[in-house]
Amino acid sequence: MADHNPFPGENNTGHVWDDNIRELKNPPPRWWMQGFWLSILWVIGYSILYPTWPVGDEPTPGVLGWSQIKEYEQGVERIEAKRAQFEDRIRDMTADQILADPGLKQYTLASAKVLFGDNCAACHGSGGQGNPGYPVLADDDWLYGGTTAKLTETITGGRQSLMPAHKTMLTEPEVDTLAHWAVAMAETGGEGGSEAGWNLFRTKGCVACHGQTANGHVVDLPNGDFIGVGAANLRDGIWRFEPGGYESARHTILYGVNQKDAPESRSAVMPAFAEPAGKLSAQDIKKLVVYVHSLGGGM
Amino acid sequence: MNTDPESTAPVSVDALYAEADDWHVNAGGQTIHAKRIPGRWRTIKWAMASVWLIYLLGPYLRWDDRQAVLFDIPNRQYHLFSVTVLPQDFWMLSLLLLFFAILLAVMTALVGRVWCGFFCFQTVWTDVFTWIEERLEGPPAARRKLDAAPMSREKLKLRAIKHGLWLLIGFLTGFSFVAWFTDAPTLWWTFFTGQANGAAYVTVALFTAGTYVLAGFLREQTCFWLCPYARIQGVMLDRSTIVPTYDERRGEPRGRVKREDEGERTTGDCVDCNQCVAVCPTGVDIRRGQQEGCITCALCLDACDQVMDKVGRPRGLIRYASLDELEGRRTSPLWLRPRVWVYVLILGLSLSGILYGLTSLDPLELRVLHERAPLFVLQSDGSIQNKYTLKILNKTHEPLAVTIRATGHESLTLAGAEQPIATAPGGVTPATVFVRIPRQALEAEQQPIVFRIEAERTTGEPAVTERESVFVGPRPRSD
Repeated sequence: MADHNPFPGENNTGHVWDDNIRELKNPPPRWWMQGFWLSILWVIGYSILYPTWPVGDEPTPGVLGWSQIKEYEQGVERIEAKRAQFEDRIRDMTADQILADPGLKQYTLASAKVLFGDNCAACHGSGGQGNPGYPVLADDDWLYGGTTAKLTETITGGRQSLMPAHKTMLTEPEVDTLAHWAVAMAETGGEGGSEAGWNLFRTKGCVACHGQTANGHVVDLPNGDFIGVGAANLRDGIWRFEPGGYESARHTILYGVNQKDAPESRSAVMPAFAEPAGKLSAQDIKKLVVYVHSLGGGM
Repeated sequence: MNTDPESTAPVSVDALYAEADDWHVNAGGQTIHAKRIPGRWRTIKWAMASVWLIYLLGPYLRWDDRQAVLFDIPNRQYHLFSVTVLPQDFWMLSLLLLFFAILLAVMTALVGRVWCGFFCFQTVWTDVFTWIEERLEGPPAARRKLDAAPMSREKLKLRAIKHGLWLLIGFLTGFSFVAWFTDAPTLWWTFFTGQANGAAYVTVALFTAGTYVLAGFLREQTCFWLCPYARIQGVMLDRSTIVPTYDERRGEPRGRVKREDEGERTTGDCVDCNQCVAVCPTGVDIRRGQQEGCITCALCLDACDQVMDKVGRPRGLIRYASLDELEGRRTSPLWLRPRVWVYVLILGLSLSGILYGLTSLDPLELRVLHERAPLFVLQSDGSIQNKYTLKILNKTHEPLAVTIRATGHESLTLAGAEQPIATAPGGVTPATVFVRIPRQALEAEQQPIVFRIEAERTTGEPAVTERESVFVGPRPRSD
């Protein structure tokens, strides 16, 4: 190309377009060259300080010993350290004490929200709103009690209630009467219910679990607490098994709850969540108790 | 590619570029050493520039045992004398930005680039830097000579002092900037004992370098090649905008002063002394009309008036004038121009919005989040319960005990708000409350309810605010 250079002595590349436009070999600006060499120095310095060259399966570690996983672990450590002061206090306090401490309660609710989502929400709904067959946790109707002690018991050991199937024990009209009686009880808040229904309720053994007043308590204690076996409160409008009403009541009376020999039986089982059977530590359960208690119906 | 030298087009293209002689671009290759002369506009310029003293001295003003104006970013509080603005009230910032954007537009539309010529930090700092340069190195001719001279002990000394002073001003510029964001006297102490925030050192370093390079070296090149405002000014000017203008009809044809009777003179008033070019800090020739390089600093007006006085011709050959005025059209006064009224309206609206915001800052602010999962819950006593998370923002400087009330339904009961909520100053305190209404008492699936929070300040003044929310229930029974 140089042989054809039409502008000798001009320090051009010999490339000419349109007869008079040619490419010159002027050096780049000095600042540009400085930047070029500095960037090469930068790469060398960087590769000494940080992991860079692939040697075998691993890159060279770099003299600073930095790695992404280490940075991540340090980040986790910092978060754990921040949480530790709260976690330590939670460990030493009861659920009731936590509920009485606004700051600690906020922390507990925030951290238990994740636990609730992972362990409880699948059945009880993300906000404790319940699902067909699974009780609402946001109301104040508690089959086993809504105190922190009872909630701890429920989450720790799980719950499994039993109601016999009455298909062979009661006649069809008796079932009909009892179902209508239950619907009337729910609609009137326990004030209604036919005399025939009450008679059947008392004579057929329902009172043993549902209580003398049909409020689901075997024995009401003077301090407001109660002893129960998880039987439903028939005096309120809340139905244990959706959708409620006559058909629901009849079905439950006929086939019972958790009856192995009756395939149509209602299923109501909550597994135990405490270690080793479950996967939650005592600390986690304490947080969940605070969370569930605060959903709206804690007593 | 044709490489045959014989085929080079014989046509000379020089003629195409005849006008290019006229078009001189200083892309930073030459330093403009503008002449400084005293005068009316020079005085105005210094007076306007002194506004920037607020920037340098403002951080030392005190108010209520703290900095009068403090942008406290770590605590997300912005103190303006007795007012504290929290991020929740930052809608005022948009009005403030609107106000200044329109102010810039309205000033440009009326009197040209006064921002550039009189207020812009680039102009002001460059002016100060070149003033120092002149004190040290002398008038433009001496400076040019010194620039060209080889390095000597004397030149080294002058340069060292000059650059030292420039860097010092750059440092003060950066330091003052940082001082608006933290307690200024404390900053002086912590900065020099190495205890200040890392961001403070980085900011001061960037400002120092930026000021030094922009005002010391780039100077008018910044206006030409860096500043976006210089490029958009053209659309803001119109025929009635007054800008420093050379009165071509009076001045042309220009010619040197000769000993002749005034009546026989064949030349215009311009004596072609080039003083207007000599004093121009951006090195433009105003006699070529409005141009990008003109920052309307009006220094050429001073120069021309002085020359006119000397040669006994009337002042105002270069003066603030509009295109309409120069062409002899009718000029309308400000209050008859609709454009002015539109601008004034927008300025007034944004300003009154800011004033309203600053005077009506509530000491408390309330947000209500209605629980959605579940929307409502049937309680065992037959009432419907809704759950709400209240976010209470305490904008005062004192802890407040906030009482929560709810209204909107005669059978409503509020649970979870039996005790007043303790709120920390400047922080958001969440509170969970429940509202219950008997199912029989519900008339609609949704109905508005109002949360009201109250607290008493230490001054005895009540702090009250309300927020409407909704109560959701099941569809009421048709029977």
